[in-house]
Amino acid sequence: MTQTEQPHQIEIRNLHASVGDLPILKGVDLIIPRGELHAVMGPNGNGKSTLAKVMVGDPEYTVTDGDILVDGVSILEMEPDERARMGLFLAFQYPVEIPGVTIANFLRLAMQARKEEGEEVSFTEFYGKLQSALKTLDWDESIVERYLNAGFSGGEKKRNEILQMLMLEPTYIIMDETDSGLDVDALKVVANGVNSMRGENLGGLIITHYQRLLDYIVPDRVHIIVDGKVVQSGGPELAKKLDSQGYDWVKELATA
Amino acid sequence: MTINPEVNDINASYEYGWSNPEKYAVKAPKGLRRDVVEMISKAKDEPQWMLDFRLKALDIFNSKPMPEWGADLSGLNLDEIYYYIKPEGFNTRSWDDVPEDVKNTFERLGIPEAERAALAGVGAQYESEMVYHNLKEEWEKLGVVFLSIEDGLKEYPELFREHFATIVPPEDNKFAAINSAVWSGGSFVYVPKGVKVDIPLQTYFRINAESSGQFERTLIIIDEGAQAHYIEGCTAPSYSSDSFHSGVIEIVVKEGARFRYSTIQNWSHNVYNLVTQRAAVYGNGVMEWVDGNLGSKVTMKYPACYLLEDGARGEVLSIAMAGRGQHQDAGAKIVHFAPHTSGSIVSKSISKDSGRSSYRGLVKIYEGAKYAKTNVECDALLLDEEARTDTYPYIEVEEKTARVGHEATVSKINDDQIMYLQSRGLSKDQAAGLIVRGFIEPIAKELPLEYAVELNRLIELEMEGSVG
Repeated sequence: MTQTEQPHQIEIRNLHASVGDLPILKGVDLIIPRGELHAVMGPNGNGKSTLAKVMVGDPEYTVTDGDILVDGVSILEMEPDERARMGLFLAFQYPVEIPGVTIANFLRLAMQARKEEGEEVSFTEFYGKLQSALKTLDWDESIVERYLNAGFSGGEKKRNEILQMLMLEPTYIIMDETDSGLDVDALKVVANGVNSMRGENLGGLIITHYQRLLDYIVPDRVHIIVDGKVVQSGGPELAKKLDSQGYDWVKELATA
Repeated sequence: MTINPEVNDINASYEYGWSNPEKYAVKAPKGLRRDVVEMISKAKDEPQWMLDFRLKALDIFNSKPMPEWGADLSGLNLDEIYYYIKPEGFNTRSWDDVPEDVKNTFERLGIPEAERAALAGVGAQYESEMVYHNLKEEWEKLGVVFLSIEDGLKEYPELFREHFATIVPPEDNKFAAINSAVWSGGSFVYVPKGVKVDIPLQTYFRINAESSGQFERTLIIIDEGAQAHYIEGCTAPSYSSDSFHSGVIEIVVKEGARFRYSTIQNWSHNVYNLVTQRAAVYGNGVMEWVDGNLGSKVTMKYPACYLLEDGARGEVLSIAMAGRGQHQDAGAKIVHFAPHTSGSIVSKSISKDSGRSSYRGLVKIYEGAKYAKTNVECDALLLDEEARTDTYPYIEVEEKTARVGHEATVSKINDDQIMYLQSRGLSKDQAAGLIVRGFIEPIAKELPLEYAVELNRLIELEMEGSVG
């Protein structure tokens, strides 16, 4: 295939992955076209977060079978930073604290990492993007002089994930339970940030346990993962059904 | 370029390891001998009291055992060291008068360029002598004195003798005694009352010859209400045999004065660096030591603040990086003699491969130093399983109203941090480098920008490929 014929999508094929000897993903199949956001739901401890971590190359997980193709290219052999430079972005469920490194400094380095050799992130590019991102998130500029996530509240950490997302302009996002621990106001800010990026150049997964976030970021498709497999897929109405009926009926699907 | 391949191996990232051919006016025979001490004094045309002082110090040296409480010094053979090497042509005020290869050395180290750009004055020591010493005219006009220590003795004999060896007497420790016997080179600084020198003075120390020792002696007097910042840097060629650096720095910070002494020590990894730095601080004066130890084979160095009068303050910010074959035994001393004195010690160390860093510190509060307080914070970062760190805090408090705080942490770069940064597009090395830079940020931000950049650059160089 030539470059122009590559499908613009993430394709997950029969993905099996383990932590140590413990299998967690047991054959996940998913296609997420660029331009669409898909929700991944399911009971806790069934592989949702594992799927996110495996996609971005967390070395704690071992892929034992299957493949992940981004725009037709297998990424399994790639380091996490190569995947990031291809346009993948994970909003972490538990963002990590890096003391002594300001958000501003970090964002510049991360933007620079995406540039061709010899090409510099200009001040105007950086500052322009930053202003608009902060406005979208309703955040004061002083935040970028603070150390990365150090001493941040849960809500601030999640907001910071979205700030990075806005600055780095990924093509595929994976949001790992970004809604957990957020109050309604913070949830709206986060959703506002994601929605501002939506369009034909953005695809991805929104991993969540609850319907709540999906009231603000309406997914194109909803998939339910139970025991390491996608057991059902549908439209946004599927999320609503989970919300009203709970997860018991899908657990039965998995054992059926 | 002379780089011994064997040394180069442990010194792979050291970029200052080249050397010049040896061309010297005087090279004393090896060993710490009475005739060498006399020869140095004669070469400097010193008054009798200084020769007497040197000879007494030699006796004190001979009577003191090697310290056994710190780093391993068994590899240091004091009989195999050249104690005095005088380069051809020295102590000029113009770079044009510095011999070509020596001048090229300092050009290569970026000294004249830094002088033009951002410094009030510059001194450059090559082997045992200052080859260059110059203070910009605007500061000279205000009465600031910035001379080689030898010229200080000649031109300001009374001021010199009033303070010399009062803060670091030869009895202080065995290496202070060596220095007192064979001292040569270093700076003499006087900042008059109320004068604020707002850009740094800098001295750069370069060892060139193999198996040589450098024993500079610096005396700095900051008069009442005055301010200054002094920076020293140092490098040496990489040799398979050991070299020895043992400086003595004495500082007087008078009432209401403020002084900062910053060191970026980047000796090659065959240098024993055993330095004595002490400051006497008077009423409401502030002394700050910023101490960066990146190079050397073994460093033992504990900058001290003697807080002598009410309200005096002493701070030590210390950063050490220990790689393969290195032991950084660094720390601080804060001694409270008077009421309302305060101190702070922040020590950060990074160890990797078989490198070892130790924090060794003393906080002493004498009875009567009412409401004295000092806070100690030591953080160690270990980059791998082989690296080692230790903490030896000594706290002696005789005063009931005094307060001493001590916090120590040991951490490793954790995989989650690396993964997080990598997931944003930074390579593994970049991620580790950034985490280390963050770790030292509290100290780097206290340095002038170009030195902070240099510190970060040196650490990045040391870090290359260190995270698997």
